[in-house]
Amino acid sequence: MKYLFMESKRPKVAVFDFTDCEGCELQFANKEETLVDFLKAIDIVNFREVMSEKSDEYDIAFIEGSISRADEIERLLTIRQKAKFLIALGSCACFGGVNRMKNKFPMSDVNKEVYGETPKETLPVRSIKELVHVDFEIPGCPVSKAEVERIVQHIIWEVPYQFPVYPVCFECKQRFTICRFELGELCLGPVSAGGCDAPCPAGGTPCWGCRGICAAPNFQEFFNLAKERGFSKEEVIERMDFFGGFRSVTGSK
Amino acid sequence: MKINLNVDVHHLTRVEGHGNIIVKVEKGEIKQASWEVVETPRYFEAILRGQRYDAAGILTARICGICSIGHCLASIRATEHAFGIEIPEIAKKLRMLAKHGETLQSHFLHLFFLAAPDFINLKSVIPLLEKNPQVVAIAARLKGLANNLCDLVAGRTTHPVSLHVGGVSNFPDKRKLSLFKEQLKQSIPDLHATVDLFRTFEIPDFVRETEFVSLKGVDEYPFIGGNLISSDGIEMKEHEYRKMTNEFVVEHSTSKWCRLSRESFAVGALARLNNNYTLLHPEAKKVAETFGLKPVHHNPFMNNVAQLVEVVHCTYDSIRLINEILEYPENTPTMVKFEPKEGVGVGAVEVPRGILYHEYEYNQKGRIVKANCIIPTTQNNANIHYDIYDLVRKNVQKGMTDEKLELLCSMLVRAYDPCISCSVH
Ligand code: SF4
Ligand code: SF4
Ligand code: SF4
Repeated sequence: MKYLFMESKRPKVAVFDFTDCEGCELQFANKEETLVDFLKAIDIVNFREVMSEKSDEYDIAFIEGSISRADEIERLLTIRQKAKFLIALGSCACFGGVNRMKNKFPMSDVNKEVYGETPKETLPVRSIKELVHVDFEIPGCPVSKAEVERIVQHIIWEVPYQFPVYPVCFECKQRFTICRFELGELCLGPVSAGGCDAPCPAGGTPCWGCRGICAAPNFQEFFNLAKERGFSKEEVIERMDFFGGFRSVTGSK
Repeated sequence: MKINLNVDVHHLTRVEGHGNIIVKVEKGEIKQASWEVVETPRYFEAILRGQRYDAAGILTARICGICSIGHCLASIRATEHAFGIEIPEIAKKLRMLAKHGETLQSHFLHLFFLAAPDFINLKSVIPLLEKNPQVVAIAARLKGLANNLCDLVAGRTTHPVSLHVGGVSNFPDKRKLSLFKEQLKQSIPDLHATVDLFRTFEIPDFVRETEFVSLKGVDEYPFIGGNLISSDGIEMKEHEYRKMTNEFVVEHSTSKWCRLSRESFAVGALARLNNNYTLLHPEAKKVAETFGLKPVHHNPFMNNVAQLVEVVHCTYDSIRLINEILEYPENTPTMVKFEPKEGVGVGAVEVPRGILYHEYEYNQKGRIVKANCIIPTTQNNANIHYDIYDLVRKNVQKGMTDEKLELLCSMLVRAYDPCISCSVH
C-alpha cells in the first residue's frame, strides 16, 4: 500500500486468546465498512478463531484475555519470545477484566461452587503485564474497533500513538448525551479514560470504567461528587473493581 | 479393511474457544474417538455471588463475546422473574429485535467465516478476498447490517448497554428504524445469493439419531422464554430447566455435560427448527425445502443449513417487528419501575447456538446468593462426542486417510458452531 509515495510495511500479525470471552478479537471481524481495507493493511498469519493457517513468524502479537492456568503462562512466554511487538488487547489482557473478581475468593471456594467435588486447575487471575513485558495496551471491554484501526495505522507508519487524555465525560458532551448522574445513577465517567466515544451513557448505562483510569483523575473530587449524589465510597469502590482497571485506587487483588 | 487412523487436533481452529479432537483407530478398531474441552474456566457462577441485580446482566454478557445480547437477555429475564416484574409490550418487541440482530450477526459470522471455507477447500475466508471478492462483499454487507441493528436497539453489538432489568432503556430513533426496514428489504437478494452459494456445497451425508431440545413456540418461532420441549416428547416449564438438562461433571473436560432421555441431546438452530418448523416464516420454509430439510432431521451437518433458514426467518421477522414498533409513539415508556426483593428466577433464551438458561437466587437487598448458568455448548458437548465416535465408526468401514478424517471431524464440530469459552464460563 502506498501513501505519499511511501510504501507501507504490511506487518505480520498474530492474534492469541487466553481466559476471556473472545469479544475483543471478534472486533477484528466487525466494522464491515472498513473490514476489507483493514485486512489488506495487515497480514494476519495466526488467528485461531477465524482461520486454520498457522505461522510462528509474526511481528505483532495481539494478546486477548487474562491468565489463569499454568499452561497459559507457558504459551504466553513462548509468544513473547517470538513477537517483536506485543499488544495487550482489551481489559482482560490489560487489567484481568471481570474475571479478576474471582480473586476476591479462595480458589478452593470458587471451585467448590462451580465444580463441587471435582475441582479443576485454576490460578488467581493476572493481567499480561504481570507476567511478561507488554509493548502496548489497548483497554476496553470490548476494545473499540475504530481505536484499534487507528493504533494499527500508527504502527504501520511508525508514528507514536497518543491515547486521549480526557475522561469519558468529554465524549458524552460531544454526543449531547444526558448525564447519568442527572438521572440518579452512579457513573465512573469523570475518572475513566476516554477514547471509546462513550457508548454506554448514550445507550442507557452509566460508565463502569472498563478502560481504566483517565490521564489526570481527581479522585477526591469524584468521591465527594458521588457522596453528594448519595453514593457511598464502598459503592464507588465496588463499581471500580468491576473491570479491574482501578486497582491502584481501590487496592484490590 | 484393517486400517490405522490417528487424528489429534489440538485447539481446533475456526470455532470460539479451545477444544481438542482425538481419534485413534488401530487395525480397524476404535481405541478412542473423543471431543475434549480444555478451555480455562472463569467461574462466573462463583463471581456472581454478592453482585447487585443491576450488575448481573453486565457481568454475564461477558460470558460470551458473540452472544452477549442473549446472555444479557437471559440474565435480566431471570432477575425479572425473581422480582415478579412484567415488562411493557414495546420492550418485548425491542428485545426480540435485538435478539434477531444477534442471531443474524452470529449466524453470518459462522456461515461465511467459520463454516464455508471447509466446503471450498480453503483454510479461512481471507484468500477469498482475492479469489471471490463478491462473496466477501456479501458477507460484509449482511453481517454489517446485523451489527448495526444490534447497535441501534441494544446500544452495542458486543456487550449491549440498552438492555436492563425492567425493560429497554431507549426507544430507538424512528427515522433510523425505518431506514433499517428498507435496508433489511434490500438485503434479501444477498440472502438469496447466500442460499445459492450453500446450494453448491456438498453437505456430508451422516445421520445419528438423537434428541433435540429447544424452547417451544406458541404463535411465534421461539427465541425468548416459554416452555421447554424435546423431540422425544418431553415438555416442561421454563423454571424446570434443571430437569431438562441434568448437568454433570466429566473428568476429561472443563465443560460439563448434559443428558435427557438418551445418552446425549442436541440444541441449536437444527433443534429449534426440528421442534418449531411450522412457525417459520413461509420464505424461510421455502429455503428449508430446497435443501430437503424437514423435521425431525438427524444430520448434524445440516445445522449449517438450519442457520441459513433462520437468517431468512429473522430478516423477515425483523421487518415485521419494525413495522409494529413504528406504530408506537416515540415517548412510549420502555421501562417499568420495580423494587428488588428476595426470590428465585429463571430465564431461558434461544441464543444462536441453542437454548441458554440463567437462574439467580436473590436476597432482600437485591444481591445474588446463588447463580447457575447452563450454556448451549455445554448441552451439545456429549452429543458432539458421540457424533464423532459414530462418524469415525461409519467411516472406518469405508476406508479413510488421517487428513480426510481430520477434516470431516473438524467440520462436524464446526457445524455445531460451538461456543467453547462460553461453555466453560
Ligand atoms: S475485555 Fe471484555 S470483550 Fe474483551 S475479551 Fe475480555 S471480557 Fe471479552
Ligand atoms: S454520563 Fe457519566 S461519562 Fe457522561 S457526562 Fe455524565 S458522568 Fe460523565
Ligand atoms: S463508557 Fe465507560 S464503560 Fe463504556 S466503553 Fe467507555 S469506558 Fe467503557
